[in-house]
Amino acid sequence: MAIDNETVRKVAFLSRLCVEQDKLEDTQKEFNKILAWVEELNEVNTDNVKPLVSVNDEALSLRQDNVISGQMSDAILKNAPAKEFGYFVVPKVVE
Amino acid sequence: MHDLTDLTIDTALIKLKNKEISPVELVRAYIEKAKAGQHYNAYVYFDEEQAIKKAEEAENHYANGTNRQLEGIPLGIKDLFCTKDMQTTACSRILGKFVPPYESTVTQKLLDEGAIFLGKLNMDEFAMGGSNETSCFGPVINPWSKNIPLVAGGSSGGSAAAVAAKMCAAATGTDTGGSIREPSAFCGVTGIKPTYGRCSRYGIIAFASSLDQAGPICKDVTDCAILLNNMAGYDLKDSTSSQKDVPDFRSFIGQDIKGLKVGIPAEYRPDGLNSEVALYWDKAAEMLKSAGAEIVPIHLPHTKYALPTYYVIAPAEASSNLARYDGVRYGVRVDGNGLDELYINTRTAGFGAEVKRRILIGTYVLSAGYYDAYYLKAQKVRRLIKNDFDSAFSKCDIILTPTSPIEPFAIGDKKMLENPINMYLNDVFTVSVNLAGLPAMSLPIGLSSNGLPLGMQLIGRAFDEGTIFKVAYQLEQCANFVRM
Repeated sequence: MAIDNETVRKVAFLSRLCVEQDKLEDTQKEFNKILAWVEELNEVNTDNVKPLVSVNDEALSLRQDNVISGQMSDAILKNAPAKEFGYFVVPKVVE
Repeated sequence: MHDLTDLTIDTALIKLKNKEISPVELVRAYIEKAKAGQHYNAYVYFDEEQAIKKAEEAENHYANGTNRQLEGIPLGIKDLFCTKDMQTTACSRILGKFVPPYESTVTQKLLDEGAIFLGKLNMDEFAMGGSNETSCFGPVINPWSKNIPLVAGGSSGGSAAAVAAKMCAAATGTDTGGSIREPSAFCGVTGIKPTYGRCSRYGIIAFASSLDQAGPICKDVTDCAILLNNMAGYDLKDSTSSQKDVPDFRSFIGQDIKGLKVGIPAEYRPDGLNSEVALYWDKAAEMLKSAGAEIVPIHLPHTKYALPTYYVIAPAEASSNLARYDGVRYGVRVDGNGLDELYINTRTAGFGAEVKRRILIGTYVLSAGYYDAYYLKAQKVRRLIKNDFDSAFSKCDIILTPTSPIEPFAIGDKKMLENPINMYLNDVFTVSVNLAGLPAMSLPIGLSSNGLPLGMQLIGRAFDEGTIFKVAYQLEQCANFVRM
C-alpha cells in the first residue's frame, strides 16, 4: 500500500510531529520503502494463527488495592518545565 | 602495581574480601581509566565525587564485615535506567536534564548489594539504533578502532565500550532487538539478554514494552552470572515480571556439557554470509563438540520474516510509549499557540530523526484501516516465529549462531545511513530472540583479519539461562579470547 503526501501529513499530526513541507517528499519515499519491506509478511500464511501479544504465559497477579506511595507532588513537579500552585501549567484549553 | 581494572568482578570481590585491595583503590582505578578514555564518548554523565564517597562507605562495610554481594564494585549504567538524583536522558534532547525522583528496580537491586555507579552510559536515542549514532550526545567510538573510528554497536554502545576499555567493572544494558548482544559482539565483551520477564522493567524508560529486557554487559561469562543474580527477580511494580524462581546462575559455571544438544539453524547461514563470521561459527561448533556436546542441525523457517515483524511491532509499541513526551511534565518544552502546537513543537524539536521515523511508522501501522494489515499480521507472524523455536527446542537444548552478520563498521558509514533498512538488517540474528522472549548471550569468539572482535550467540529455552551459562563458560574456555 503506497502512501501519499496527504497520509504522511495526517500520520504526522496523529503523532504530534511536524514534517516540514520540503521534507514531505523524502519522508513519503522513505515511508514507502519501509512499508514495501514489511509487506513481505504477506507471503506468510497466517490463517487460523492467533496473534501473539505477549510471550508472558503467567497469569497477571492480583494485589491489594492499597496506596503504596504518594504525597510526593513536589518531587514529581521538580522536572516540570512550567508549574504553579502545585500544578503543571499548560496553555489555556477551556474557554 | 598490577592494574586493578584488569580484574574481573569475580576476582575483585575475592581480593576485596581478603583486604588485598580496597574499594577506594578499585573505584579510583576505574575513574582514571574513564578519564583517560573520554574520547570514546562512552559516558554521558559522570559522578566521581559520589562514587568515591560510596567507595569509602564500602570500605567500612568490608572493615566491619557487613559487605554485601557487590560491595564496592564500580558499574556504569545505561542512560535508559532511571537513577534517583542522577541525570537520566535516554540520550534524547526531549528529556533535557531530567533527574528522576525514583530509582529503577534493577538499579535499586544493584545498589542494595553495594554496587557503586560511576555514571550514565551513552546509547542510541531511546535505544533505537544499532550503532549508537542516534544519541543526542554523538556516537560512541569503539575502543577496538584502528585507523578510522568505528561504531561500538547499539543501542547499548556506551555500556559495551566502557566495559571493553575498562572504564567500569561491568555495565547494565537493555535489549529490545539486540541492543545488549550486538554492541557486546562489536566491542569484544560478554552480554546476556535474559528471558522476557526475568528482570523488572520498572523505571527503565520504555521503548517496546513486549520486547524490552535488561541485562548485564561484562568482561566475561562468570561476571554476567554474578551480575544477573543481582538484577533478576519478581517485582510487584512490573506486572510482566516473572514469579518463577531465580536460580543461582553462578552455579552453572564450570558444569559439564557432555551430551548436550547444540542446534545450528540452517536459516542463519544465508548466501553471502561474511566468510570469517561463518568460519568462526563452524569453529565454535567444533569447540563445543570437543567439549562433549552434540551438534544437531535445526530449522527456524520463519527467520526471514523476523526483521519485518520486528519493524512493525517495535515502532508500534514505541509510538504509544513515546506519546508521554509532551513538554508538560518533564523534559524540554517548546511553547506554541495552544496545547496541540505545544506538543508538536516540543516533539518536533526534541526527538531525533530515527525516533521520529519509528513514531511515524508505528502510528501508521496502528491507525484505523491499517491495523489489521500490518500490526495484527505482524503479531500473527510473531507467533509463528515463537513456534519455530518451540519445535527447535524439542530437538536441541541450546542454539548457536553468530551475533552479528558483520564486524564493526565505520562511524558515518554511507551505506548504513542512506537507507535505514541497511542498518536494520544488522539485527538479523538477534531480533527473533526478542520476539520469542528467549534468553540469549553474546560472547567474543575471536578477531577478524582486521583485528576486530566477532561474537557468537547462544540462545536458550525460556527461563533456562542456566544452560546458556553452562555452555558459554565452556565456549569461553575454548575460545580463550584475549580482552583489550
